[in-house]
Amino acid sequence: MPELMQFFLSGITVGAVYALVALGFTIIYNASDVVNFAQGEFVMLGGMITVFAFEAGLPLPLAALIAILGTAVIGVALNRLAIEPARGAPVVSLIIITIGASIFIRGVTQIVFDKQIHRFPAFSGDAPIAVGGATILPQSLWVIAGALAVFIGLWLFFTRTLVGRAVLATANNRIAAQLVGINTKFIMTLSFAMSAAIGALAGVLVTPITLTSYDIGISLALKGFAAAMLGGMGNPKGALVGGLLLGILEAMTAGYISSQYKDAAAFVVILAVLFAMPQGLFGRKQTDRV
Amino acid sequence: MRLSSKTITLLGLAVVIAIAPVFFPSSFYYRVGSLIFVNGLAVTGLVILIGYAGQISLGHAGFAGIGAYACALAPVHFGLHPALAAVLGAVLSGIIAWLVGRPILRLKGYYLAVASLGFGVLVSMVLANEAAITGGPDGMAVEDPGLRGALKAIGIDLSNTEFWYAFSGLILVIGAWLALNLYHSPTGRALRALHGSEVAARAVGIDVAGYKLKAFVISAVYASVSGSLLALQNKFITPDVAGFMHSIEMVTMTVLGGAGSVIGAILGAAILTILPQILTVFQEYEQLLLGLVMMLVMIFMRDGLLPSIARRLRRGGE
Amino acid sequence: MKLSMTTALAGTLALVLGFAAPAFADIKIGATVSETGPASFLGDPEAKTLKMLVDALNAAGGINGEKIEFVIYDDGGDPNKARTFATRLVEDDEVVAIIGGTTTGTTMAIMPVAEDAEIPFISLAGAIEIIDPVRPYTFKTPHTDRMACAKIFEDMKKRGFTKIGMISGSDGFGASMRKQCLAIIGDYGIEVLADETYGPTDADMTPQLTNIKGKDGVQAVLNPGFGQGPAIVTRNYAQLAIGLPLYQSHGVASDSFIELAGAQAAEGVRLPGTALLVAGLLPESDPQYAVVKAYKEAYEKATGKPVSTFGGYAHDAFAILVDAIKRSGGSESSAIRDAIEATSGLVGTTGTVTMSATDHLGLDLSAFRMLEIQKGGWKIVE
Repeated sequence: MPELMQFFLSGITVGAVYALVALGFTIIYNASDVVNFAQGEFVMLGGMITVFAFEAGLPLPLAALIAILGTAVIGVALNRLAIEPARGAPVVSLIIITIGASIFIRGVTQIVFDKQIHRFPAFSGDAPIAVGGATILPQSLWVIAGALAVFIGLWLFFTRTLVGRAVLATANNRIAAQLVGINTKFIMTLSFAMSAAIGALAGVLVTPITLTSYDIGISLALKGFAAAMLGGMGNPKGALVGGLLLGILEAMTAGYISSQYKDAAAFVVILAVLFAMPQGLFGRKQTDRV
Repeated sequence: MRLSSKTITLLGLAVVIAIAPVFFPSSFYYRVGSLIFVNGLAVTGLVILIGYAGQISLGHAGFAGIGAYACALAPVHFGLHPALAAVLGAVLSGIIAWLVGRPILRLKGYYLAVASLGFGVLVSMVLANEAAITGGPDGMAVEDPGLRGALKAIGIDLSNTEFWYAFSGLILVIGAWLALNLYHSPTGRALRALHGSEVAARAVGIDVAGYKLKAFVISAVYASVSGSLLALQNKFITPDVAGFMHSIEMVTMTVLGGAGSVIGAILGAAILTILPQILTVFQEYEQLLLGLVMMLVMIFMRDGLLPSIARRLRRGGE
Repeated sequence: MKLSMTTALAGTLALVLGFAAPAFADIKIGATVSETGPASFLGDPEAKTLKMLVDALNAAGGINGEKIEFVIYDDGGDPNKARTFATRLVEDDEVVAIIGGTTTGTTMAIMPVAEDAEIPFISLAGAIEIIDPVRPYTFKTPHTDRMACAKIFEDMKKRGFTKIGMISGSDGFGASMRKQCLAIIGDYGIEVLADETYGPTDADMTPQLTNIKGKDGVQAVLNPGFGQGPAIVTRNYAQLAIGLPLYQSHGVASDSFIELAGAQAAEGVRLPGTALLVAGLLPESDPQYAVVKAYKEAYEKATGKPVSTFGGYAHDAFAILVDAIKRSGGSESSAIRDAIEATSGLVGTTGTVTMSATDHLGLDLSAFRMLEIQKGGWKIVE
């Protein structure tokens, strides 16, 4: 079944891209209950800054590092200037603020950089690797490894480190967290820096495959958001599984049913899952409060 | 004689619509005006959903798409008059909203957001993919409903932009009137109660799911009529009308102006419709400034422009 | 209180808007293109080209001694916005002619406005519906997608291919070209065995290509699309080692395509392109040599970016309009329209344009050149 294998490899490549975006959502959501629709712009910035630093003559790893650090700074600024002042606003206002931020970042990027499509070379060449009669590009392995590494890192962070637990505590009850001596302001800064850095890392890893331009952010954010909700927002395991599932679902639909309706299939499954499990696959149960 | 606040609001709206043309430097402003009214109608529906009932939807452009394509398709395929097609679209949107709303309104917050978003994406995808029927992403032409011709026959000769200004303005006033009546009706009170607290509303015996569904269906019908009006006046329609960005635009207009009041939301629609026309002066800085305005208003005027300004004025007057 | 506030607001807005459009024009030309949005890949070079050409023309003294005042709006690829801006150009800016409509969708939205106002409108979009049936005031500069299909099918026929696979973008460009290719493919005795699509932002097309690869008897593959999609298709095509000839459309006709797809993956890819793309390969005797060279040099100097076919469409639209205004000797819209229709032998980047009352495009297939990518560069293969 070489076709099935090829569909599967395509699915996990694309799924790993979605998973990386979805993982970026989890930290900010865990720390502040905000779904940051500008997450896709972090991915775009990671790719675009790397492209321009690389074209300016810097070696690729250094360019990537600059992109990740630069994006983390932008993430912190976003928190300080837009999210922190709007704390406690209703969900719909926060959606508009983060979408406004995403439009703003896109607007700045098209002026600072340009509106063309870009890519930089794959890390380990373009020679396809044969797997069971199908092929996968070395860069896809980088993306998959990146998604797994970020997942493991986040899982360890949230379960094994004091800071990680402080993030969860802040999300749970900000005032109680302050009372037990957690510097919630620092936690928020850290969360945005990490989310932005993960987004930028995703951009660095996927650009050789997906290419990048100033306006790729919104569609990535939508897919990543859908993946995160499918898995259950806030849970790194949910983000990883949701992303991979979404990618495989799209590839199988494109391969076996209809390439026109592969995105539709993804959303139909998301709707079906949410009807059966309103908190997603691995989401926390919520109880109503009066 | 003392007028109720509802009557004052409606009269105010009607008078503004009627006398604004006096200030128009060119007939282009009729076009901007009619777009404000079309958007205003959609956000009036969203006021019922977001402002009254406290629910989110990121997929209402899907209903606008259904209304718009009903006007495009029904005349071609069933020989229906475009105006009747708009009614058909509204009925269809209502039925679909009823079917979709039942399961998705059980979800809350971001989960409701992603489910409604998924619905909108599905509608726009069908419109874009079924090219044999809908013309695909390049869109299709919409028949003229012939209303302007009928007016001309009875001696009222309006230009195209003038006619759509007047007609959409009239529909908006009617839509606002219905929404304001709803606000003061038992349904409106029930919706506001469940907005405050679903658990409490349920405890006093309000059929929470039923009222939420009612708000969802009503807002879908508003969006559908708004889509129909847009299709009829543009005489051309593409799947963009059902796209995610259009859904976001509608929600932003509603919340920016003030989701709690019809006039606030219409003001939001007016601002976000006019803003891109003003921002053309800034050329490539247009997007940047649009994003900035969205952020600043939501951060510093959390309840929306109108309630925030009204509060400040009241405070200043004391 | 509420009332007076809203009225005052309306008044202020009217003032602001009015202020935005200063008067005193010698000849006022308007444009609405998709500088941002999903079609910015097309619209951005168009806008840059128009601005550059207007500046150059005014610096050289304008048309018949009159300066051009140029108003350009960015419709973001949204037909509703495009209609609004077209209305603004007509009613408020009072331009004598409109260039624009980057996509077929925006063009179809602008067209009724221009036709109602009887103002000449030159579109930059591909679909044949724009000029067929001919409408009095609507013209266009790019070849129709149908002509691109015909050029490709002619080449396939010459190489003896009768069974092909298609993989099309689901955006406006890809969907429109797919439709038009399927409409005429029978005339060439070619059969489509596999008909796949992909979304404009998709990251991997190997499932669709695997299905095409698995169809017995496919001899060549055609990919109508623009933007990053065709580059990814080309890379996936090489990854799967499909080994059949691959045809791309005129939608990717720019040097950046080779760069994005990678020279190795793009080796042997054929597509119908304009002279602009192979400016360096044209003999000096070529009728388009001077025009293409001048535009390419000016554009690359002004923007620092390589020229693209789409900027060329805008260049030709402007050239046709300026030529018509010169010949009409004034700035009457109806006279300009008549002059555009009488355009004859005008050499542009896309081809030599000769219009008539029944042909508002004025190009034939000879303007297209079948190109092949060899060793990271373009070769003319005819």
